Amino acid sequence: MVNLFEGMEDFKMDVLKEVGNIGAGNAATALSRILDKPIDMAVPKVQMLPFEAITDRVGGAENIVLAVFFRVEGDAPGNLFFILSPDAAKNLLHRLAGLEVESGEEFSEMEWSALSEIGNILAGSYLSSLADFTSLSMIPTVPALAMDMAGAILGYGLLQFGEMGDSALVIDTTFIEGNHEVEGQFFLIPDPDSFRKIFIALGVPMNHD
Amino acid sequence: MIDEQRIVKVGMAELNIITGQGLIRTTGLGSCVGLTLFDPLSKVAGLAHVMLPSSDIAREGVLNIAKYADTAVPALLEQLLSIGAAKSRIVAKMAGGSQMFSFAGTGDSMRIGPRNVESCKMKLSDLGIPLLAEDTGGNYGRTIELNCESGILYIRSVQKGVKEL
Repeated sequence: MVNLFEGMEDFKMDVLKEVGNIGAGNAATALSRILDKPIDMAVPKVQMLPFEAITDRVGGAENIVLAVFFRVEGDAPGNLFFILSPDAAKNLLHRLAGLEVESGEEFSEMEWSALSEIGNILAGSYLSSLADFTSLSMIPTVPALAMDMAGAILGYGLLQFGEMGDSALVIDTTFIEGNHEVEGQFFLIPDPDSFRKIFIALGVPMNHD
Repeated sequence: MIDEQRIVKVGMAELNIITGQGLIRTTGLGSCVGLTLFDPLSKVAGLAHVMLPSSDIAREGVLNIAKYADTAVPALLEQLLSIGAAKSRIVAKMAGGSQMFSFAGTGDSMRIGPRNVESCKMKLSDLGIPLLAEDTGGNYGRTIELNCESGILYIRSVQKGVKEL
């Protein structure tokens, strides 16, 4: 892992930022079509972060979030999360035509399945644009939805890095609807072994080792 | 006047101990297991936030012993003994090890929660430490707190509120 980022570190991080940009950019476009509203995207944050700091990115380990999780299979496996606050998820559902949203903390079965489908569309556009960009196959598993403590949810995406150390490389992209009513985050956590493949696919010179 | 309760926090893949008064806690356990050891007489308690079942799979340069069930349990025991706990009195409680996401295909990493639980149990039994209580499995996250005086383990989850063990 250390070897992987030795030398040209800034350049490699920029490449991964571009990966986040392209993936989340396409997903934001898809979301903007679904909602018929403009969606803004922040510059992706790419950092090697200690486990604790990763959950801090979504409000701390105990903060309740709604997450759609995909295991990514194919040439460059990894974990992809689409994370929203419960309020933002409700607002997102409100924006969808034809769906009656119940107020309160609970989500109905219909709302749950709508969120899962939105997650599916967004993850699909995130990954298919990455696959086009890198010519690597990246296929999401069926979406799994959970609303729970951020630590419990994100912990799941850190297992592959757990074998390597106590930090993980996260490609974190926030998107915001114009009125800030819907705000969410994409977390792409490629498996440690996938970085090399991504770099090679994008023409980043790698040391032979 | 009420003194602020002393709280020792344990992060993911960390372990720590506490003596005297106060609470030791870890937040947001999913597939991870929060394993606690407690000596009721000397009032010393320890908690490990275990992430993976076995250090055999470790590919890291310097092993973080708190992260793996097979290394965390003995390390925590040793720390408690070093500050005056007696092995014969030490009892264990644990919580966590859930399966946050269920997929049709259940690979090894999907079953990581149950495997963490199994591995902790195996290590406890190797060391001859009785497991008094557990709240493991399910598909939800937990935050746990052990009271260092009473040895009561408080388990909080979004759906089920607070539970005492």
